[in-house]
Amino acid sequence: MKPEEIGILIVDDEASVRDSLYQWFKADGYRVDTADEATSALKKLQDSPWDIILLDIKMPGMDGIELQHRIKQIDQNIVTIIITAYAAVDTAIQALKDGAFDYVTKPVDPDDLSRLIRNAVEKRRLVTENLQLRHQIEELLLPDEVVGESPAIKKVMEMVNTVAKTDSTVMILGESGTGKELIARAIHSRSARRYFPIITINCGAYPEGLLESELFGHEKGSFTGAMYTRKGKLEMADKGTLFLDEIGNITEKMQMDLLRVIETKKFTRLGGDKTIDCDFRVISATNKDLERAIKEGSFREDLYYRLNVFSIVLPPLRERRSDIPLIAKYFLNKYAQSMNKNVTDFSPQALEMFTGYDWPGNIREVRNVVERAMVVSKGNQIQVEDLSFPFPVSSIPSGGDSLEDVERIQIEKVLSQTKGNIAQAAEILKISRLTLYNKIEKYHLKR
Amino acid sequence: MPYIYIVPIGLEDQGYLETLESFIFDTFHLKTKRSDLGISLPDAFDPNRNQYNSSLLLKQLITNPSREAEKILGVVDVDLFIPILTFVFGEAQLKGIGAVVSIHRLHNRFYGLPEDREVTTERLLKEAIHELGHTFGLIHCSQPQCVMNSSTYVENIDQKPAELCPLCQRGIKAERGFSLNDGFKFPWWGKKE
Repeated sequence: MKPEEIGILIVDDEASVRDSLYQWFKADGYRVDTADEATSALKKLQDSPWDIILLDIKMPGMDGIELQHRIKQIDQNIVTIIITAYAAVDTAIQALKDGAFDYVTKPVDPDDLSRLIRNAVEKRRLVTENLQLRHQIEELLLPDEVVGESPAIKKVMEMVNTVAKTDSTVMILGESGTGKELIARAIHSRSARRYFPIITINCGAYPEGLLESELFGHEKGSFTGAMYTRKGKLEMADKGTLFLDEIGNITEKMQMDLLRVIETKKFTRLGGDKTIDCDFRVISATNKDLERAIKEGSFREDLYYRLNVFSIVLPPLRERRSDIPLIAKYFLNKYAQSMNKNVTDFSPQALEMFTGYDWPGNIREVRNVVERAMVVSKGNQIQVEDLSFPFPVSSIPSGGDSLEDVERIQIEKVLSQTKGNIAQAAEILKISRLTLYNKIEKYHLKR
Repeated sequence: MPYIYIVPIGLEDQGYLETLESFIFDTFHLKTKRSDLGISLPDAFDPNRNQYNSSLLLKQLITNPSREAEKILGVVDVDLFIPILTFVFGEAQLKGIGAVVSIHRLHNRFYGLPEDREVTTERLLKEAIHELGHTFGLIHCSQPQCVMNSSTYVENIDQKPAELCPLCQRGIKAERGFSLNDGFKFPWWGKKE
C-alpha cells in the first residue's frame, strides 16, 4: 500500500500533539486528519474511511478506551493505537484487550513511532488483503453450478443450505452422473469450513491396500515402495471436508477402520505409531442401495448410520425434465467460452430432442453431448445433426406420452436425417408428401 | 530576487554555514542570504524536558518573513523536540516557507565518539536539504539512495546520500518550474578533497 492510500486519524485533546503528529505523518505522505475529542472523531469516521486511528486515553468527555470501543463497533478492522501520557500499564492492557494494536507513551522515540506505524500499516494491509482474498474465494465458490429451477432441485438446494450450517455427516444418494460431488462442494462452500479444503476420494477407484494408504497416509518404509512419509487424505482434509465418493464400494475392513476414524477423529499413518488428531466433516455419496447391502451383510449398519445423519437424494434428470434446457444451456455457454466459439443457442428441434431423451447418464451425459455438439457445430446454433446420443435414437421417448408427441418427434428425426428433403422423408415415413406437409404445418416443424 | 535565508540561532560555531550555503545553492539554484531575524532561543526552551520546542522556533522564523525570502532555514546547536517525540533532527513546514535544523545530535560527541567535523558537516548538509525539501513539497522518499529518505536515527543519515533522487528532483521541478539538472552537475560533497 502506498502511503497516500493509508488514512491516519489522530484524536488528542492536546493541540501540540495533534499538530506534531499531523506534520510527522504528512511528511511520510499519509492522508492525515485530526480530531480534538471523541464526538468529532466519530463524525470524521462517518465522513471518510480511516485505516489507523491514534487515540489519546485521557480526553474530556468520552475517553480513548470508550472511543476505541465505538470505533470497533463501526469497523472492527480499523487499527487503533493508544497514546498515553502516563505509563499506565493497566489502562494500556485494557486497551489491548479491547483490540488496540499497540500503545505508545508520550513522548515516543521517533524510530519507535516509525516502526509502530510501519507495523500497523502492514497489519492493515494484511487484513485488507485477507478480506479481499476471502471475497475472491467466496466469488469462486458461490456461483452455483447446481443448475435448475424444478421443485425437485429447489428442494435439494434447500436441504443443502440447511445442512451446510451444521457439522453433521451427509450422505448423498443418486444415480451416476446426477451431480453428487457438486452437491458435496455446494455444502462445503456454504459451511464454516469453506476456507479449508474439500478433499475428495473415490473409494471405488482403489484396491484395498492403496485406499488405506491414500486415506491414512504412510510412514517411510511401511510397505514396499513407501520411499517417503506421505500424508493421507484425512490429514489433508484437516479443518475442511472429506468427500468419500462411492462409499458403497469399500471392503469390510476399510468400513471398520473408517468407522473408528469418524468416531474418534484420530488415526495413525500406515507403519506409524504416532496418533494424529484431525478435524474434518464427512460427506459421502453412493449410487448403491446401502440398506439392501446391510441386509445382505456387505455393509456395516453402524457405519451407515454414522455416515447418514442427514441424507440428500438427488433425482435423476428424467424426473426433472424442466431443468434439462437450463442445464444444456449452462454447458453450452461454458463450452462456448472455453472453446472460444460463437455458439449462442440450440435450435428448437435440438432442444426438443434434449427434453425428450431419458438421459440415463444424467447431467454428465448432457455435458458430454453438449461438448461434442460444440466441437462439430458450425453455425451459431446447435442443430439436431450436431447431436449424438450414446444410446440409439429409437430409445428416445416422446418427451410426452401422447401419440401426437411420438409422431412429432419421429417426423422431426427423419427430417433431420434427410436434411429437410420432403420426398425422402415421406418415403421413409411411408406417408404421402402432402400428408407430410400437413404434419409439418401442424407441428410447426422446420424443414 | 528570491533567497533562501539561513538563520543561525544561538549558534556559537558558524563555521559550518559557508559549506551549507554553497551546497544549498548547488542543490536548489537559489542564492542564500545569512540573516539574524532576532529569534529568541530561550522562548522555545522547555524546562521540563530540558529541550527546545522546534515548532515554537519555526513559528518565530516564519513570522513576518521578508518579501525576498523564498525559504527560511533556522540552524541551531541545541536539542530539539516536538511534543509527541523524544527528539527531532529538524522540522519543516510541508510546502511552506520555514524549516529548522539542529546540529546537536549530529555531533559524534553526542554518541560518545570522538568529534569529526567533516562527518558533522555532511550530516548537517543532508538534514538541511531534507528539511528544505519538505518546504518544496517533497514527502519522505522510499528510495534509500535519496536524501528525502526518512531518518529517525543518525546512522540513517550516514547511510543516505546528500542528493535528491530523480523522482524528488522532478518534484522540485514541478514546484519551482525548472529542472535541477538543467546544465548543472550535482556536487557530491564527499568527493571533495
